[in-house]
Amino acid sequence: MERTSDILKGKRIKVLVAKLGLDGHDRGAKVVARALKDAGMEVIYTGIRQTPEMVVEAAMQEDVDVIGVSILSGAHLSLMERLMKLLKENKMNDIPVFLGGTIPLPDIPKLKELGIDEIFLPGTPLHTIVEYTVKAANRRRK
Amino acid sequence: MEKTLNGIISSALDGDRRSLGRLLSYLEEDPIKTSIIINKLISRSGKGHVIGITGIPGSGKSTLISKLITSYRREGYKIAVVAVDPTSPYSQGALLGDRLRMQEHATDPNVFIRSVSTRGLKGGLSLAALAMIEVFDAMGYDKIFIESVGVGQADVDIMYTAHTLLVVTMPGVGDEIQALKAGVMEIGDIYVLNKSDKPEAARTYEYLDFAIESGELRPKGDWTPKIVKTSAIMGKGISDLIKNIDEHYNYLVKSGLYQEKVLIRRKFMLKLLIEKIFLDKLDNMYLENKLPDIGESEDLYKVAREVIREIANQI
Repeated sequence: MERTSDILKGKRIKVLVAKLGLDGHDRGAKVVARALKDAGMEVIYTGIRQTPEMVVEAAMQEDVDVIGVSILSGAHLSLMERLMKLLKENKMNDIPVFLGGTIPLPDIPKLKELGIDEIFLPGTPLHTIVEYTVKAANRRRK
Repeated sequence: MEKTLNGIISSALDGDRRSLGRLLSYLEEDPIKTSIIINKLISRSGKGHVIGITGIPGSGKSTLISKLITSYRREGYKIAVVAVDPTSPYSQGALLGDRLRMQEHATDPNVFIRSVSTRGLKGGLSLAALAMIEVFDAMGYDKIFIESVGVGQADVDIMYTAHTLLVVTMPGVGDEIQALKAGVMEIGDIYVLNKSDKPEAARTYEYLDFAIESGELRPKGDWTPKIVKTSAIMGKGISDLIKNIDEHYNYLVKSGLYQEKVLIRRKFMLKLLIEKIFLDKLDNMYLENKLPDIGESEDLYKVAREVIREIANQI
């Protein structure tokens, strides 16, 4: 695979990976963070038990290109609604947001309606997430 | 709609945090933009107290900063952090994890934390990191922490950058000789023995004490380096550390070294800028296969000089 750093020449992709909500299962988020790093991106990992406010602040201070959120608690609808609202209020809704975790299929249309760019269910190959992230970052920069 | 660089600078000065975040990204992109930004802001900077933190990986630098932020916030100071983590030599990617330890301050509007990767530099500080300090300073941040990668002995760039330099170590990491070795153990204004609740802390303290007492090589002026025991996670020793940092600050201001250190920092930034401009061109020539072939009778030094001249002509 082509390195993302080569594609972007100097403008390296920055991604925020965050665990939103109260579940402490961060293995998935860490595996994704490592895969994005190995593909040449700069990954900011903020750890477990983040609130939507913390995610928005971190994304703002770090000026990230993409936000990746992992939720396994089942509270994805309310948490993501709050996150997307805050991003909009801060005029940051141009940043693509993807979500990973145990998301029931019937919730996917609702999440898409909230403005979430992509949803990755358990079992998604890592390269799919990497390819998506590169495309999403480039789309935003155009 | 993309704002102009001037627009971004003025809204960042008005306190718009998103613009400040964007402005810092420009400093990572190219040296010309960096120069323009620094030009616009340098007359406002030179006041902020730059506190450098270095030391071995895992010694608790980020956690320590987080506790120091808590104390300084109580006194009303505005805080910025530039946290440097290494770039992977294989993928050029980076996992920036320092922020994780400081998340308790994530939503405090008077704390701004920015992570940077070393981007290929051999463990030292990048132009972007130095320029970020200058920008935070100009934006009115009172205490600016710079956390360098925990590479240990060779990491002395930070010496030219900080007003007050903390070198963090922990119990059980080597003996007296290790403590006496040249490099990072000579440069601290304050040595922090973190995780001092652990066994062996007393012995490591003695090693440190001996190394620092015998370290008369470095021109320290009237400041005698201090050793402070902390346990950052438990919040122990933090007020003692703050007291020592404040004493060092007062010492710098009184002796006139405070402003001198700003000039040293800026000179170092200039050196990094020159390196960046030159090395970017050299890298391009190399990657585009534009460096000359070497004949058997060629004088290498002469060839090198010709290449340097050619690069100089392009700048």
